[in-house]
Amino acid sequence: MAEQKAALRPPIESGCPDGFQYMHPAMRKNYGQWKFHEHPRPGVLRHVAHSGDEIWTVKAGTQRILDSYTLRKLTSIGDEFADGFVRFTLRSNIEYMVTDQAKVEPLIKALEDAGFVVGGTANSVAMISHTQGWLHCDIPGTDASGVVKAMMDELIDEFKNCNMPNRVHLTTSCCQINCGGQGDIAINVQHTKPPKINHDLVSNVCERPSVVARCPVAAIRPAQVNGKPSLEVDEKKCICCGACFPPCPPMQINDPIHTQLAIWVGGNHSNARSKPTFQKLVAAGIPNNPPRWPEATAIVKQILKAYKEGAKDWERINDWIDRIGWPRFFEVTGLPFTKYHIDNWRGARNSLNASTHIRF
Amino acid sequence: MDKSKIHPTPMLDVLEDGPWPSFISGFKRMRDEHPEQRINEMANSLLGQLEHSYETRKGYWKGGTVSVFGYGGGIIPRFSEVGHAFPESKEFHTLRVQPPPGNYYTTDMLNQLCDSWEKHGSGMITFHGQTGNIMFIGTTTKGTQHFFDEINDYGWDLGGAGPCVRTAMACVGAARCEQSCTNEHAVMRHLVNTFTDDVHRPALPYKFKFKVSGCPNDCMNSIERSDFAVIGTWRDDMKIDQDEVKAFVELKGRDYVIDNVTTRCPTDCMTLNDDNTLTVDNKNCVRCMHCLNVMTKALSPGDDKGVTILIGGKRTLKIGDLMGTVVVPFMKLDTAEDYEKIVDLASETIDFFAENALEHERTGEMIERIGLVNFLEGVGVDVDPNMVNSPRQCSYVRMDGWDEEAEAWFQRKAEEKAAAAG
Repeated sequence: MAEQKAALRPPIESGCPDGFQYMHPAMRKNYGQWKFHEHPRPGVLRHVAHSGDEIWTVKAGTQRILDSYTLRKLTSIGDEFADGFVRFTLRSNIEYMVTDQAKVEPLIKALEDAGFVVGGTANSVAMISHTQGWLHCDIPGTDASGVVKAMMDELIDEFKNCNMPNRVHLTTSCCQINCGGQGDIAINVQHTKPPKINHDLVSNVCERPSVVARCPVAAIRPAQVNGKPSLEVDEKKCICCGACFPPCPPMQINDPIHTQLAIWVGGNHSNARSKPTFQKLVAAGIPNNPPRWPEATAIVKQILKAYKEGAKDWERINDWIDRIGWPRFFEVTGLPFTKYHIDNWRGARNSLNASTHIRF
Repeated sequence: MDKSKIHPTPMLDVLEDGPWPSFISGFKRMRDEHPEQRINEMANSLLGQLEHSYETRKGYWKGGTVSVFGYGGGIIPRFSEVGHAFPESKEFHTLRVQPPPGNYYTTDMLNQLCDSWEKHGSGMITFHGQTGNIMFIGTTTKGTQHFFDEINDYGWDLGGAGPCVRTAMACVGAARCEQSCTNEHAVMRHLVNTFTDDVHRPALPYKFKFKVSGCPNDCMNSIERSDFAVIGTWRDDMKIDQDEVKAFVELKGRDYVIDNVTTRCPTDCMTLNDDNTLTVDNKNCVRCMHCLNVMTKALSPGDDKGVTILIGGKRTLKIGDLMGTVVVPFMKLDTAEDYEKIVDLASETIDFFAENALEHERTGEMIERIGLVNFLEGVGVDVDPNMVNSPRQCSYVRMDGWDEEAEAWFQRKAEEKAAAAG
């Protein structure tokens, strides 16, 4: 044991590494000196520097959770066709940068021959940003990689082409914490029943005061159940959000039937045109239906179709809905408008229409 | 590996169909073709557990406490609840490793990381997780230490997990984007590397995230997703190349430019003139980026660049979504002194957060609870009308300090004027 201890060395707390050592030389040379960019075809960007230097970027979608064979395939393509430099985007696409235009087509061919998908630039449907799901998370209501694989199979043409009015960012999240973040369209878990509590385990596993404090609506209180200290939930107050589950796993929120999916639209992080916006609920009650989740994909496609037909150039989904109004959105997408769409959380009043601005 | 031990995966097999690259095919390759038996068995076991999840619609991982020697965080521990049935992946921890700003890699470095990971882990990696880490998914407690020691020797460090300063993110930035208004790379490293201790040893009320975007397009979603968002901007006039404007109008037509550029300006500050040149009322431009996005050759940011800082963004848990709000409308970031200033503000913010937030409360929620003014006074930042959409609309407030506050405002304005006159 002492020997083993001696073998442990203190970590080198180097923190975030310097990226310049991994940057393409043309990017290092022209750092901060770029003049403009163009979008010659889907999946390709051309940036031109004040020096006259150019860099061509080829973007490709992958399965995100890479096995070492796939990663080595991606690096070998980088070695053979792209000077050995890559980067990854926020949405886990890989980007290759080359200075020689002649390398672009062979690079695209090599990527496509290896099964990767070139696209995801400009007004395309971008790769779905997603979380861990059943594969690795401790609290997931659904899978992530599987939902995304199934959905991208159906949306691949929209990824490879630029036929949308503006870019569309999709996200998925496997619980209501929503690690997937905001999106033009977000497919998120929505629990619909209160947690089922295993009272035998609560006192051993959970720090009860912090579980009580975690509840957004103060629906949890300490209680003696079957003579044991436990917790109880006021099910009339409970909003089924699952916030109690991570700190207290015996408060099981996930359920094969009652854990469902909801779809939210109009989240936009950019400051372009309007200020950034949060996504809004449009559809719920969607079954969590592995392995291909067809019901969720169908609704996403319905929304995309209406957006593609109805939006003007450069309108993101939130811009489009701002212009046409929510009643028209529900009309053109064919989605039902229910009492659950009317917000009752703090600040809800700001979402009510206090005017006679009504479209007929 | 003994073929008879392969877990059947009828539901996952369905995810091998279709044109998008399949993670299941990748895992199966690790199971069937990798030369190392340990990895074959781990992949087989993982696939078995995932199939079980698909069949029962439930997850089977639980957390725990695993870290490397000297650190308190950086590992996501995962122990299987069905380890008896799938023993080879019953410990399947993830290491979160900090990437460089902008996520640049040489293929040599990726291969080296891959070599190390195959030696000590499952061989499964994600670039990157939602916080921004490289996720090395799947190893035992022992493997965690060995893998970290090995990659730590060649320049890689763990990121944050738990209530701590988290791994930061920066956009592609000045390395390849003409819209970049700051040195994202330097900003991110200055910030996050000042707080390595707070990254590695979780001791805050809850997580604290930095994100850096080079321009208001905010490709890092920093306003929505970080406690401390740094966004590049400029305060002089945008640059207009009128020849390129004319060329653009020639190419697209006047109607297109009016419909897609001038009328989309949120403050109505652009005019397309009869001679196909553009006039911009720069005093009213809010740097939204729309016109620059459309006319990438003709329009570009000005020269007097800096950053806007917004504090308090976060997602739902616990009080609902919050955007970050403006705390510093403009800050120059050129000199070492400027960088000291932004690092000081971050330190003040984190200290104030550590002392005043409730357990499991994010910075934005704390500000919501105590009010922005209390936060500003706590970190030593003066109020500014850029912080609000509008002034207060309810009269229920005690205002007997008005005269002093008004005086302070005029004094500040006079000082600013004197400083500008130089």
